[in-house]
Formats: sequence, C-alpha cells, structure tokens
Amino acid sequence: MEIVELKVNLASPERVPSRDGYGHGLVDAGKMDENVVALGADITASVRVDWFQKEFPERFFSVGIAEQDQMCIAAGLALMGKVPFVTNYGVFLAGRAWDQIRTTVCYSNLNVKLGGAHGGISVGADGATHQALEEIALMRCLPNMKVIVPADAIEARKATVAIAKTYGPAYVRFGREKVPVVTDEATPFEIGKAYCCKDGTDVAIVACGAMVYEALVAAEKLAKSGISAMVINNHTVKPIDKDTLIEAAKKTKAVVTAEEHQLMGGMGSAVLEVLAQNYPVPARMVGVEDRFGESGDPDTLMKAFGLTSDHIVEVAKEVLKMKMAR
Amino acid sequence: MFRNLNEGQLRAKTKELRTKILKMLCEAGSGHSGGSLSSIDILTVLYNKVMNHDPKNPKYPGRDRFVLSKGHVCPALYVVLADCGYFDESHLMTLRKYGSILQGHPYMHKTPGLDVSSGSLGQGLSVAVGMALGARMDKGNQRVYCLMGDGEQQEGQIWEAAMAAGHYKLDNLCGIVDQNRLQIDGFVKDVMNIEPLADKWTAFNWNVIRCDGHDMSSIENAFAQAAAFKGKPSVIIADTVKGKGVSFMENKCNWHGVAPNKEQLETAMCELECD
Repeated sequence: MEIVELKVNLASPERVPSRDGYGHGLVDAGKMDENVVALGADITASVRVDWFQKEFPERFFSVGIAEQDQMCIAAGLALMGKVPFVTNYGVFLAGRAWDQIRTTVCYSNLNVKLGGAHGGISVGADGATHQALEEIALMRCLPNMKVIVPADAIEARKATVAIAKTYGPAYVRFGREKVPVVTDEATPFEIGKAYCCKDGTDVAIVACGAMVYEALVAAEKLAKSGISAMVINNHTVKPIDKDTLIEAAKKTKAVVTAEEHQLMGGMGSAVLEVLAQNYPVPARMVGVEDRFGESGDPDTLMKAFGLTSDHIVEVAKEVLKMKMAR
Repeated sequence: MFRNLNEGQLRAKTKELRTKILKMLCEAGSGHSGGSLSSIDILTVLYNKVMNHDPKNPKYPGRDRFVLSKGHVCPALYVVLADCGYFDESHLMTLRKYGSILQGHPYMHKTPGLDVSSGSLGQGLSVAVGMALGARMDKGNQRVYCLMGDGEQQEGQIWEAAMAAGHYKLDNLCGIVDQNRLQIDGFVKDVMNIEPLADKWTAFNWNVIRCDGHDMSSIENAFAQAAAFKGKPSVIIADTVKGKGVSFMENKCNWHGVAPNKEQLETAMCELECD
C-alpha cells in the first residue's frame, strides 16, 4: 500500500475553501486545452467560475438560472468536440438535472464535466435547501460517471485538471467554507487511486473531502488512547480503489468510513460494498444519518451532525469492540 | 443537398418509407406508429433536400446536425437513415430486438448516422443549442436541426432552451414542431393547452415559419426560409396529422404508442399502395 505522508500542522492548519481550488483548476484546464469551455448559471462568482470567465470570456456561456438547459447545452458542446464544465450548487446540479445527466450525458458517455459546489452540511447558514448531502449517491449509480471528492483546495485543483484530461463524464465535489489544507503541491493525485496518509494497525479510517482532516485528528487522539489508526484518503468514490481498501481491511481488520454526506449510498456505502463482497470486517460509518440539514454556523453544524474527529474517535472505539468480540 | 429529387419523387419516397415504418413496427410488436407517420415527410425532405451530410463519412465534423428530441418516433428516422445508406435495410426488421442496432429510442453509439441519443422529452433543443454554439465558436457553417413534438412543448426545458437560443441569436439553429395535435392522453389542447404556440416562440425571440408538414414543397420552402433568416433562430411549426396515410390511425391518440398487428398491417399496405 502506498503511504503518502501529509505534512499538515493538525493543531493550526491553513484553511482555504475547496471551491477556490476548483476555480484555479478550471483556469489551469482552460490554459492546457483550448477546447475547455464553462457554463455559468447566475452563481458564477460563488462557484469560482468567474476566474475562468475573466481569463477566457469567449469560452464562457451564461445560461441563466436553468440547470437542465445548462446540462444539455453542455452535452451539445461536447458533441462538437468541446470539453464543457457545468458548475452549480450540488443539490441543483446533481438533483435538478439528474435525468439530463443520466440520459443525455452518461448514456452516451459524453465528455461533460460537472463541478458540484456547496457540498455537505458545512454550507451553513443557507440551510437544508442548499446543503448538498445526496449527490455522491445520485452520481455514483450512473454508468460511465466518475465521482471525486477532494480533501482540500489543493486536491480540488488537481482533480479539476485531472477530469479535464480524462475522457468521459465526471463529477467533482467541493465546498463553500474554508477547510484545512492537508495536502501540498507534491502530494500525488490520480483518479481512482486512494492512498494511506497515516499508517496504523488497529483500525482504518476511510475518509473523503474535509473529513480527511477530521480523520487525521481522530487518529492522533486515538493514538493517545494507545490505538493505532490508519487513515485513507479515498478521494475517488468511483471508480473506487478496491485494492487499497481490501489491503487496509486485511491489515487492520476494522474499518470506519467518514464523509459529509448521507450514509445511504455515499462514499461509505461504496467502501462497504467492496469490503462486504471481498474481505468483510467489522465496520461503522460516520456521516449524515437520514436527515436534512439546517441553518447554523458550519462548526456548530458539523458537531450537531456528528461530523467531527471526536465522533470518529467514538465510532472507532465501537468498531474495535466489535473486532475484539469476534 | 443529398439527393436532387423532384416533388413527385419525394412523394413516392415517403410512401415507400411509410410502408417500411409499418412493417418494422409490426415485426417489433411495439413502438410509436402515429408520430412516426406524422413526421416522416419532414424527415424525408430534411435528409434528402436540406441537410449537408454524408452516409459514407457519418462523423465528418463539417456535417449538419440533427437532434430527434421526440425520440420515440425513431422508426421514421431509422427508415430515412437506411434509405440514405447509413446502414443496411435488413436491420430495420430488428427494431427493438435484443442486440439490434436500432434501439427503442435513439442511441448514438449503436446506430450509424445518429448525432445524439434521445428519448427523455424536452432535452433535445438544449442539446441543439449547445451544438449551434459549438459550431459558431469554431466559425463552422454547420446548421443544426431539432425535431420536437407538440405535446413535448409542455416540457419546461424546451422554453429554457428557446430562451437561450433567442438570447444567443443562433441563426444556425432550426427547430421543427411536428404539430399533430395529439398526445397519449388525448388532444394536446385538452391535456395541457400549448396555444398560442407561434406567439410563444415569437415572444422568445425566434423567427416563426408555418408549413403543411405533409406537403413536400411547403416543407422545403419552410427550410429555405429558415436558412435565409439571419439574426434569430427559426422554428417551423409544421401542421401534421398523427398517423398520416393510414385511415384507421389518423387522428387517433390510441395509435401513439401502438404497433399494427399483421391484419392491420395488411389493411394499411392496401391503403398506402392504392393511394
């Protein structure tokens, strides 16, 4: 198993919104390939597509508040050889335009890229309507679709460039709020390749998005109780890295998954689908438990919904009890 | 222009294609008879006299594009594509069967000559808008055509796309509404009235052209007007009859999604051949 040491100061990490990484990545992709185009749906600055618009005004198309039209116009552009990026809040992108994504984009395997903003409960004050908690499930069940949930802004930038370089529909999820930066420029990123960012022997915490940081903090806390936790950054939910997951399960014999998403159908479900069929071990999941979000400041919400390092520690101890009882 | 057929030859061609549509639907045992017969004349004119395309080189970038937004009438498109030489006529009798290149709704990766897959109503015009924008970006001369149903005008996304095409002044885009006035549940005006349809398109900044969707020269003339009009996208509202050419199918909403049985096929063949 590849072990990638992350040089993050867990006590006081630098904090950057992952949407900034997407915005920079889109500009990078635009510079790399003149066929990259972007479609805006009125929230262009909020999802950081205004940076691309300023750099390449002739390659930016405003479609107004019309998510379904936005998706299918992108499909038409893809059919003419363009590499269109459709960016919107995750709820409206993956939800409002789901049939368009399914039947027009994925069925024909068109080269349309989706940037899902405002992923997770940490959207905060806007409340449940704007907190995307279901997109991973909605997207990963579609044939041909790739789903990536970067851990931070740097990884979001790399993921955005990577999906531009790789043919086919792909969804990259990013958040609104400032979150700890855990990777750096030198950290490898490859679609479909999870990596171990902290080695351990007692339990493996498999996380994606901002929960990678929480998992690293949880591992540090567990170490104080004499528990050796491994942390896996499982940034690509689809295609999922079976080999790394099975290897982690074989080594630790206990797994915790952690994500800022509904438990049903999300990254954790994807991980447990692999393990249940290949190497079943005691497992528990951290995520949103079949409920809608609500308004509040991000930190309060993450605590209220059990999406913190403390909660991961608690769940890891439970799974260890299950392991011992075997 | 693909073939230089005169009006009489075109009319003979559509009669022949109507019989093929009915035969393939009968063999399939299911499929959409009514709308295939209402749209076949438009498609025949489009592929023979209007569009720039090459069956020997189906994917050449400079070709005009066609989007069948009302994907369920693909039997009409399949017979036209086969007639143009995109694939062998023998495939027609495999419609809707396992392993066929002719899926129940259009799938671009199986059927040569299809520019896009379709089947979920309301999405095709947006795809056509994207194609027209792409052609314009590359300063290409391609024109983009999109056939919609009149029942399909009830889909909200049609009007999102209409707004976008008007906004971007896409005069390389031509929409066609096959106005046969029927949908599955009954008359369009009773299920959900779409009128005044021409006024709606005008209000969305489109050039509106009307034609008789079963008259070859009326259809051809409408496409010529659309191509000549600059500064706005054009829409042709084609007055058609659902089930056109087969008396017991004409203007009957229950023939929307039904294929003829062998007896009905025989009766229909007699009518078409005696006509």
